[in-house]
Amino acid sequence: MSANIENTNGGNGDAAPVKLTRKDYVSDQEVRWCPGCGDYAILAQVQKVMPELGIKRENTVFVSGIGCSSRFPYYMNTYGFHSIHGRAPAVATGIKASNPELSVWVITGDGDALSIGGNHLIHAIRRNLDINILLFNNRIYGLTKGQYSPTSEFGKKTKSTPFGVIDYPLNPLSVALAAESTFVARSVDTFTTHLQEMVERAMRHKGVSFVEIYQNCNIFNDHAFDMFTERAVKDDRTISLEHGKPLVFGKEKNRGVKMRSDMHLEVVELNDTTTEADLIVHNEKAPDSYLAYMLSRMEYPDYPVPIGVFRDVEKPTYEDLLESQIESAIAKLGPGSLEKLINSGDTWVIE
Amino acid sequence: MSSTTILNNVEERHIEELDAVTIRFAGDSGDGMQLTGTQFTNTSAVLGNDISTLPDFPAEIRAPAGSLPGVSGFQLNFSNHDIRTPGDAPNVLVAMNPAALKVNLADLDAGGILIVNTDAFNENNLKKAGYAINPLDDDSLSGYRLFKIPITTANRAALRDEVKISSKEIDRCKNFWALGLMYWLYDRPLDSTLNWIEAKFKKNAELVKANITALKAGFAYAEAAELFTTHYRVKRAAIAPGKYRNITGNEATALGCIAASVLAEKPLFYASYPITPASDILHALSSYKNFGVKTFQAEDEIAAMCAAIGAAFAGQLGLTGTSGPGLALKSEALGLAVMTELPVVVIDVQRGGPSTGLPTKTEQADLLQAMFGRNGECPVAIVAPATASDCFAMAIEAFRIATKHMVPVIYLSDGYLANGAEPWLLPKLDELPKFEVKYHTEAAGFQPYARDGETLARPWGIPGTPGLEHRIGGIEKQDITGNVSYDAENHMHMVKTRQEKVDRIANDIPDLEVFGEAEGRLLVLGWGSTCGSITSAVEEMQQQGYSVSSAHLRHLNPFPKNLGELLGKFDRVLVPELNMGQLAMLLRARYLIPAISFPKVKGKPFKISELTAKMKEVYED
Ligand code: SF4
Repeated sequence: MSANIENTNGGNGDAAPVKLTRKDYVSDQEVRWCPGCGDYAILAQVQKVMPELGIKRENTVFVSGIGCSSRFPYYMNTYGFHSIHGRAPAVATGIKASNPELSVWVITGDGDALSIGGNHLIHAIRRNLDINILLFNNRIYGLTKGQYSPTSEFGKKTKSTPFGVIDYPLNPLSVALAAESTFVARSVDTFTTHLQEMVERAMRHKGVSFVEIYQNCNIFNDHAFDMFTERAVKDDRTISLEHGKPLVFGKEKNRGVKMRSDMHLEVVELNDTTTEADLIVHNEKAPDSYLAYMLSRMEYPDYPVPIGVFRDVEKPTYEDLLESQIESAIAKLGPGSLEKLINSGDTWVIE
Repeated sequence: MSSTTILNNVEERHIEELDAVTIRFAGDSGDGMQLTGTQFTNTSAVLGNDISTLPDFPAEIRAPAGSLPGVSGFQLNFSNHDIRTPGDAPNVLVAMNPAALKVNLADLDAGGILIVNTDAFNENNLKKAGYAINPLDDDSLSGYRLFKIPITTANRAALRDEVKISSKEIDRCKNFWALGLMYWLYDRPLDSTLNWIEAKFKKNAELVKANITALKAGFAYAEAAELFTTHYRVKRAAIAPGKYRNITGNEATALGCIAASVLAEKPLFYASYPITPASDILHALSSYKNFGVKTFQAEDEIAAMCAAIGAAFAGQLGLTGTSGPGLALKSEALGLAVMTELPVVVIDVQRGGPSTGLPTKTEQADLLQAMFGRNGECPVAIVAPATASDCFAMAIEAFRIATKHMVPVIYLSDGYLANGAEPWLLPKLDELPKFEVKYHTEAAGFQPYARDGETLARPWGIPGTPGLEHRIGGIEKQDITGNVSYDAENHMHMVKTRQEKVDRIANDIPDLEVFGEAEGRLLVLGWGSTCGSITSAVEEMQQQGYSVSSAHLRHLNPFPKNLGELLGKFDRVLVPELNMGQLAMLLRARYLIPAISFPKVKGKPFKISELTAKMKEVYED
């Protein structure tokens, strides 16, 4: 985010900055998700982090598409735009390119972002607008009552696939990386502190930020992530990525991930012969995205599921490049004169 | 550089005065016919003729050389009096190859001048054009004044020893050779084209020299050869005094959007996806960056519409542009703009449909799509420019309506307006309509769907304004608060409100003017690009003593307030349209009158003669 402005409660400049709290980000709208839905936890974490981010509330815009997650903007006491199915990245592009001072957030789901909105998603990402995309992945269509989504597992039985899903799922992080996302992260709805941290990191990254959040839909796809996120197993079945640190996981910190000579990732036990020195050292700043991509392919049960920041690199943003083209045009040609423009080209005078 | 040296050596040949001439240049799409036509147009305009043009190019970028689908044409009408159309039929046809002859000959006036490049009439080209016998050898062209000129060889001979460029490049100059010849024939000065060549090729002195040499050689050939016994003069037209430039509809549209941004003092944001025939607007606007205009080439039509909506939400003049198939893709998002009551303008440069249809040909068949092509009750305002230069005024008008009434506006241009050119009397800046656009900034009592008493517009409160934080979206809104509402009564109220908002624009637009008597036997009612043909045809009828008037709609939703009354003052109402009767259908539904439709869907504008014939038929009926 470029606009780093102190917290105020919306006064005009001279009033002393007043520290906002979570409550200031709660709108007066009644939240209408199913009781127990993972969306509640995500909303709570985002509302909690917002006051810490140093953005004026009036400079914050939440944009969404259609789906359960896309109701999110109604519950945030900021500017909000609940647009149409799949199109949030395009609406957000118009907003951010128009006014780079705004902190623009896209809230989307697996169906919204990867099915109907797939095209907008990859193009918003590749342009590297400084927007933050939070994709709530529950691997199901909730709002339309339980059809499979582009992230549903192969073979899964759903309302629209009574005999099992026969299309292969997309991996959201792999898609984001292929689209050249400059920031890619993953968290889980129930990992509250981790989620807060990822939201904050996304916001602080200048350029597009893509965060996949595993979100439980307790109505149509309950326990979708329990097998690796439950308290009892999560240390052994997830791996928290830390920049510059070897890929170690496990309750006892006794396992790790190493690269075999055939370029395959292998889970190994740490012991006297295999040590941390043999493991991959995470580098979220790597200019190329190979490592991040390989990490994005690690899936349970073959691997621990990585959470954290996969990639965080800098490159000029679309809106800055757009502004600078305008500035250099003005520097070269002077500010536009309508009179001159109308009178340009071959003109002639009739007496 | 001037043509005087050449002219001085000329023994005066017979000069014949003409009132108007229609020339069609036709050749392979690689022959540079569009350029030749444009140069002839500009020279004639600068000379003071009234002009009107009709480019006609193939949909394929490079269809096989010499083939029928590869023929590219450019028709222009220039005159010593006021004209409004590119001419019904050419009096002169320049055919650079057999295919061009084959495609265009049927349109040439009986006894018209036919100039052919004999070099291109070889076996191969004749075969590609489907000629079993060379038409230059039999007497199939005896009904025309045929001039057989070896343009390719004459051009080669003129350039061979003069310039150091490849023979391929030499051959590419032959359109300037032909242009030079036509300049002599119609007594035009070379200056304007010479200047253009120098500016265009300024980085390559050899090409400047080559094209100039070709142009002058063609001119000299015409005056030296005994071929032409006469050359022709079309005097300047008595047109309104002032400063002019030549302008196409797409250029005028782009300038109008910039003007709207300057007048409203709000930045313009243009999001678009490339599509024929609208892309030139994107090209033009993207070059006006020093006006602060932001152009965004989106990944698809839907994204372009959505980005324009996002821009409007953020306080810009949100604009997107497309053609019919693109409008279809934008329709869902257009519904979102109606629901969120944001001021976006959608340019539709209509082309032949349905589906991909005829991308490079003109049609007016998107009117009902613009009116109704969305789910739900979803009214938008619709405007349509009547001429190429009117595009400037109507682009401003579209933004004026959008921002004052907080509604999406569809602007219906078409392929004919987009690419056709006419002289444009440059407007004085202080005569342009003023329109003030203000964002809402007052936090106290702010309600996102509060209503203006006069227009029912909601306030435009944009992100970045403290205290106005609010949420909008595509779900039905409670009036005033803008909160999500599924309430039955509220929905009915909001549907009516959105309609009423558009209806009330009628209080804010001028009455429809009548060309001719305000009542009588026949009213010819048109809209959009047919204005020139209809007005010319009606004028002809009036001169012949018929009680015929015309009126031309530039506001199609809502209609001007006096339309119903006006329709009632004539015995018959004839509605010529380049579609199957879409405006006629709206008129019948709205005013319960037996409007007579005169449809044409041939990818071409109406001919004056077609219209007068139909008027006579309806008149007597
Ligand atoms: S359907 Fe699932 S995702 Fe949607 S609100 Fe209910 S629990 Fe949440």
